[in-house]
Amino acid sequence: MKKAHWREWAFQVVALMAMVFTIGVLITLIVDVCIDGIPRLGWQFLTSFPSRKPAEAGILAALVGSAGVVALTALFAFPLGVGAAIYLEEYAPKNWLSQIIEVNIANLAGVPSIIYGLLGLEIFVRAMRMERSLLAGGATMALLVLPMIIISSREAIRAVPPSIREASYALGATRWKTIRHQVLPLALPGILTGTILALSRAIGEAAPLITIGALTYVAFLPDSPLSPFTALPIQIFNWTSRPQKGFLTDAAAGIVVLLIVLLCMNAIAIWLRNRYQRKHY
Amino acid sequence: MKPYSARASSVEGVSTRPAGRPARSKKGGPPAGTSDIIRHRLHPRIWEKVIHTLLFLCASLSIFTTAGIIYVLIFETVGFFREVSPLKFFFDTQWTPLFAEKHFGIWPLVCGTFLTSIIAMLVAMPIGILSAVYLSEYSPERVRRVLKPALEVLAGIPTVVYGYFALLFITPLLQKLIPPMSGFNALSPGIVMGVMILPIVSSLSEDAMYAVPQSLREGAYALGARKLHVSFLVVVPAALSGITAAFLLGVSRAIGETMIVAIAAGQQPRFTLNPLVPIETMTAYIVQVSLGDTPHGTLEYHTIFVVGMMLFVSTFALNIISHWLRRRYREAYV
Repeated sequence: MKKAHWREWAFQVVALMAMVFTIGVLITLIVDVCIDGIPRLGWQFLTSFPSRKPAEAGILAALVGSAGVVALTALFAFPLGVGAAIYLEEYAPKNWLSQIIEVNIANLAGVPSIIYGLLGLEIFVRAMRMERSLLAGGATMALLVLPMIIISSREAIRAVPPSIREASYALGATRWKTIRHQVLPLALPGILTGTILALSRAIGEAAPLITIGALTYVAFLPDSPLSPFTALPIQIFNWTSRPQKGFLTDAAAGIVVLLIVLLCMNAIAIWLRNRYQRKHY
Repeated sequence: MKPYSARASSVEGVSTRPAGRPARSKKGGPPAGTSDIIRHRLHPRIWEKVIHTLLFLCASLSIFTTAGIIYVLIFETVGFFREVSPLKFFFDTQWTPLFAEKHFGIWPLVCGTFLTSIIAMLVAMPIGILSAVYLSEYSPERVRRVLKPALEVLAGIPTVVYGYFALLFITPLLQKLIPPMSGFNALSPGIVMGVMILPIVSSLSEDAMYAVPQSLREGAYALGARKLHVSFLVVVPAALSGITAAFLLGVSRAIGETMIVAIAAGQQPRFTLNPLVPIETMTAYIVQVSLGDTPHGTLEYHTIFVVGMMLFVSTFALNIISHWLRRRYREAYV
């Protein structure tokens, strides 16, 4: 009897310790990066181009490049993803084709990001002749985040109670009018939350952009969707793989900026969710 | 009869408003916007059809994406095997396509990928299952509400950040414990990757445990079992297919993970299972070649697609099996 009690207690301690260890790793990571990086942060760092001298280097080109890629990604992926989600939730007949689309989306969500890079390299960069441009980067990233946007949008649309649709139909609205004026407004906060989270994943991704040939040293600002670019994670990767100590500090400072951007996006997503969750139904 | 048919037609989505009439009267009311004009010139039924088709195209884009991936990989793989025999690819033990003396044996890359993934799973699996059992069977709601999101944060951190952490924090730390360890190795990125995968393993396992019916637990309690026994001898075995699914998905993530290994594992394809020396994974090789300026259509260019093919086939198989297992436990208990 006593022994069993002891074991119960021991298990809880071990399990809690396992989780404390994990969260400890997370905290160590953040603290380590901050200690290395925060002293380097400053206006100069945010507004300079990369340089051969670590102390003069900055992330201006990377920040603008990342912003451009994410904007294009959102432009492509949001309408396509929401459209696909509406189709699958509101229109799709129960047949083999819908089944295939559904399983296929689940599978695409599990394909390694670097494979999307290979797809983008061959389709967007070579076949469509976009070269190593922001446009190619945005299109590749859009394909990468599309499954995530579809999955979360479907959940948001599914959460709209059927009674609202039925009421709309009863008043004579067509299917599309019902979706456009009743279902989408109610589902929008959920859809936006999912989209922001998907885009925050796109901001952190480096592998697909490296694969399509994004540059690692860019000393100019992209002026059109067709200009070459670099992105924040690529710049961090580039600095991390240099031997000089100064660049490692730059990398840490870049990571701090990246984490702050992600933190803001996640905060917006959570705020959106909490704000609108209670308002309806 | 009549009211019924009218109702049915409106439910099917045909407007009961007379079709030709514009939404707003010509006199007085605000002018209709462009989209309104277009919408009302088209017959509602045609407009519905157009929307339906557009949305279907959005949904079918996913099919084209998969088809595109498979087509691109097969096309370039065929190009590769036209120049290099499959025998060399599968039986040579050296991978040196970027050197003067070229060897195309895939095994060093497979070995490196296998090694880092195994290390990652050795970290992620025990901690993942422990935390899943704790969260689903033991933790008070209050603790759960703090711990679960904290674990989820781990999944949201960009992988370059993990790579930096593995190279500049974990590796120096391990070098103090194991002096002969090289600055690039499989151990440190493997461990960090395990931490990254942990939230996936833990939340999928927890879902599976959550799906185990309460009656099974109550049955065990009625026979006098203690909570620990119920958790590990009833709930865990009952959720085993779900836990296996979590394991497989974790492995698939580990195989496909790129930046951590590209930064911290070195870039030396080596046919070894020694976790202390520099190695190269399949993903890191693709990054290495992409960073250089490899002209389109050369043999080096083909190699990244062949490696991509190996990567795609293995992760795809793991994902499919995992998906199937998860569906099975859902069918079994829900």
